[in-house]
Amino acid sequence: MKDGRYNFAYLDERTKRMIRRAILKAVAIPGYQVPFGSREMPLPYGWGTGGIQVTASVIGPSDVLKVIDQGADDTVNAVSIRRFFQRTTGVATTERTAEATLIQTRHRIPERPLTERQVIVYQVPVPEPLQRLEPREVETRRMHALGEYGLLHVKLYEDIARYGHIATTYDYPVLVNGRHVMAPSPIPKFDNPKLHMSPALQLFGAGREKRIYAVPPYTRVESLAFEDFPFEVQRWDAACALCGSRESFLDEVVTDDRGGRMFVCSDTDYCGERQSGRAEAA
Amino acid sequence: MYVAVKGGERAIRNSQELLAEARRGDAAVPELAVEQIRQQLRLAVDRVMTEGSVYDPDLAALAIKQASGDLVEAVFLLRAYRATLPRLGYTEPLDTARMQLWRRISATFKDLPGGQVLGPTYDYTQRLLDFSLEAPSGAAHAVEAGAASPDGVPRVVDLLNDEGLIEAHVPAAGDPDPVDLTREPLTFPASRATRLQNLARGDEGFLLAMGYSTQRGYSHTHPFAGEIRHGVVEVEIVPEELGFAVPIGEIALTECQMVNQFAGSKSEPPQFTRGYGLAFGHAERKAMAMALIDRALRAEELGERGEAPAQSQEFVLSHSDNLEASGFVQHLKLPHYVDFQSELELVRKMRKQA
Repeated sequence: MKDGRYNFAYLDERTKRMIRRAILKAVAIPGYQVPFGSREMPLPYGWGTGGIQVTASVIGPSDVLKVIDQGADDTVNAVSIRRFFQRTTGVATTERTAEATLIQTRHRIPERPLTERQVIVYQVPVPEPLQRLEPREVETRRMHALGEYGLLHVKLYEDIARYGHIATTYDYPVLVNGRHVMAPSPIPKFDNPKLHMSPALQLFGAGREKRIYAVPPYTRVESLAFEDFPFEVQRWDAACALCGSRESFLDEVVTDDRGGRMFVCSDTDYCGERQSGRAEAA
Repeated sequence: MYVAVKGGERAIRNSQELLAEARRGDAAVPELAVEQIRQQLRLAVDRVMTEGSVYDPDLAALAIKQASGDLVEAVFLLRAYRATLPRLGYTEPLDTARMQLWRRISATFKDLPGGQVLGPTYDYTQRLLDFSLEAPSGAAHAVEAGAASPDGVPRVVDLLNDEGLIEAHVPAAGDPDPVDLTREPLTFPASRATRLQNLARGDEGFLLAMGYSTQRGYSHTHPFAGEIRHGVVEVEIVPEELGFAVPIGEIALTECQMVNQFAGSKSEPPQFTRGYGLAFGHAERKAMAMALIDRALRAEELGERGEAPAQSQEFVLSHSDNLEASGFVQHLKLPHYVDFQSELELVRKMRKQA
């Protein structure tokens, strides 16, 4: 399966070492964005090059890899990235969250709780949580250094003043280990509680912006909020039309042109397990 | 009943086969040879080499063929290949004063040592479609070239320098080696060496627009095209075991020295300042635009007001790379079901309250 013309996991060993050093630094300072010498990958920037470089640097021959996009294993980009690693490493791949040792994801955290023997790698388009409020990097780095996050709270306050609730639904900023505010990547805020005290190592790679950051296992991750306006996640009136779950993140599917809608789990492995009754067995 | 879409793998394979078919076009028409692209689409090859940061006309021509002529895609292919290449060493600085000139013009002096050499350019052609090119035309009429001066031709900026009228750019003692932007991430504020690296591999269209903006009031820098030269320069390295420089080949370059007005400051007398542009092959539009932006980006160093986009390092350098830009713009094609679902729910909630 492995293409012998490329090094294991595509990158040369010196590049992997450079990236592993950045990862170690990121683990040592949870939530801090570490600049790294991001390489041009054979997939486009914005399509997961940061996540791919992080995965390529930590993957070993005995790993079992799962790749998801929007919670699903069969979306085009997940298929493309999984094939890239099959071709360059020859490692075993799986669609089952429980079986994976390494999970690369875009926009979701699996519904099944992760374990200590798993590493999850997030693809990050915009690593800087302050960028929309302050585009100049010289300024945002200073704000992080001083722990000056008033701007974010003002933004949340303005939302409440205008709409009566916070109007950020994904990439909802979090405070990591009580020190650095971090962009959790564009996961829905529904997934934010899963970041908190997770037993798994969580690594974040932003290729285009050339940043790596991390949340080590069992680290405090709090979603920004106010005492009188606590953080809330999305809730649905419907249940999954396939497995009946009321606990999972649901995608809305348009079924006809007369307003017909149905809701199904975005996490295809979770939904499949529930339908086949495997969840109880596992 | 909705069934989750499976078979992404097969669909992707089919798409790739369709692409190969579309690339080849009508099988009755002879296939394009890489050598034909290299010879007859040389300016496309030069652009792909410059923005791909690899001097290799054969690989660039192959990339253009594989990309069906989409030059930004070809740059992407070349860059991804480049990332897998080992770094064997660094060359000595190039001496462009010793360039074997194919073209050299100055807009600041009517005549000067070495003269004006027009060379191959579209500048003096009338842009009338030449219908005679519809049919193969055979070999072009050979032109007798002037004798090249073996010691090279002095640069215009060096002539001005004799009078002290232009800023000198002599590297200070202990001047650090420039950062290799393809190995180290860009951080701000960026040194001039880093900025020039970024601009050299930056998208020609972006650089052109930014350079143009400096001529329309967004940071006016009073530029003159002091000199544009195009030709070949010898490349030398110093092998560790030898300890002296040996030539390893030559590369074609286009260099632009822009001469800009400067009123002087507390510490500097009135003098001309410089903007610099350099590109692989023949790429005058690129080199000139680069020189305009280089000068505009020196606003802070020269104590000028820096409010225009072309004077902002972060604005220019963060958006010049067409790989980064093209990838991120087009990533919007990827599924965003989850985020869109979240926004859908939010908009419904807001409308309910309103």
